[in-house]
Amino acid sequence: MIELTDIEKRFGDNLVLQGVSVRIAEGGVTALVGPSGGGKSTLLRCINLLEIPTSGMVRIGDEALTFHPGQKVGWASVQKLRRQTGMVFQNFQLFPHRTAIENIMEGLTTVLKWPQERARERALSLLEKVGLAHKADAWPATLSGGQQQRVAIARALAPSPRVLLCDEPTSALDPELSGEVVDVLSQLAREGTTMVMATHDLRLASKIASEVVFLEAGVVVETGPAAEVFGNPQRERTKRFITTLTQK
Amino acid sequence: MLPHWLQLMLDSLGPLLWAALVFTAPLTLLSFVLGLTLGLVVALIRLFAAWPFTAIVRFYVWIIRGTPLLVQLFLIFYGLPSVGIVLDAFPAALIGFTLNVGAYSSEIIRAVIASVPKGQWEAAYSIGMNWPQAMRRTILPQAARVAVPPLSNTFISLVKDTSLAAAITVPEMFQAAQRIVATTYEPLILYIEAALIYLALSSILSTLQVRLEERLNRYGGFLEARS
Repeated sequence: MIELTDIEKRFGDNLVLQGVSVRIAEGGVTALVGPSGGGKSTLLRCINLLEIPTSGMVRIGDEALTFHPGQKVGWASVQKLRRQTGMVFQNFQLFPHRTAIENIMEGLTTVLKWPQERARERALSLLEKVGLAHKADAWPATLSGGQQQRVAIARALAPSPRVLLCDEPTSALDPELSGEVVDVLSQLAREGTTMVMATHDLRLASKIASEVVFLEAGVVVETGPAAEVFGNPQRERTKRFITTLTQK
Repeated sequence: MLPHWLQLMLDSLGPLLWAALVFTAPLTLLSFVLGLTLGLVVALIRLFAAWPFTAIVRFYVWIIRGTPLLVQLFLIFYGLPSVGIVLDAFPAALIGFTLNVGAYSSEIIRAVIASVPKGQWEAAYSIGMNWPQAMRRTILPQAARVAVPPLSNTFISLVKDTSLAAAITVPEMFQAAQRIVATTYEPLILYIEAALIYLALSSILSTLQVRLEERLNRYGGFLEARS
């Protein structure tokens, strides 16, 4: 279970999240949807503490951290929580100075101190999973956007995180390339990988999400099973948003 | 028979190269390595440390960049004995050049570290790295690629600047030339010869710089800047 309780996030005077509480069951895919600036990405980044909430509580499995305004949290506890997660970024963020396979091995050898050989085996099996075993020794700059994102997914999965966080994983890709990323993510969903993704991509969300959280102006507007929220939204606001998405 | 000027150049080549090997090269290499280390520390303090520390290092950079290197060397070698600090010529020069390289390279290193996209820090953190790991494994290697051209400039300048150490009695290559001039009264020939040796050293270093850049460029640089 991943639990966000009463999360508030301020950037200066700007209140980006106001008392957001979400419970996310493991083994499913939760899509965070809503208009730009609604707080999807910020909420997602609060789960792995790339953004430190101003106040509230984050729990992933047995690890929990509570935040209070003006109070710093220690590095060790941030990392303990963060290591339960893996993250996929909108613009991939592969390490450009490392080959595809080295990108995947990096967390295993540097953070988890695995021996090279074991890390290489794990990385290679992940590359196979995302269909890029033949690109193991390629530099990221020589890969297409879709390929880079698939390597990034493999990198995020390498330490077997409890939850995979995806921040607009297909937004930087054209429809053709985003298709290959959607395929990989839906395969992961079928295998029962716990995922939370912030996305605009209704095709992605409707294809793989089991739960949907609709956020606007830093508040949860509606939440529920994907089929219900997409098929029969209860709130007027959600309805309007989904109509504009399907019109495209 | 060789012309007089060529004979003189050949005769003095040995002593000049010897002085370059024994003083110019060690002074350059040592002060560059120490200066870069100092520059990295100063850059990290300026980027990441709290107020009193940043103020101290900014003061240091301000002093070093705002005063002539020759004056700094004179202060260290001729000035400090007045307050009881007596240094031999070589260590005095080494300290002077290290402080100088430290100040200039810190500005370069600060800029190249800041030029690595913020997303790279986040990617490093997202796979569980802590700050030192992210710095060492992700940020510095990418910053190093960008730093090669400006730091090569610093290094090549330093090779030539070590000739200033002659003024505080270090018997490096330029001083060796001066000594030969004192006995042969051939300043034009000897100083041209010294200049040619500096030129050759700088040219070799420029070639090495190109090689190093090619090697570091093999992966193609930041990904974001390309898209």
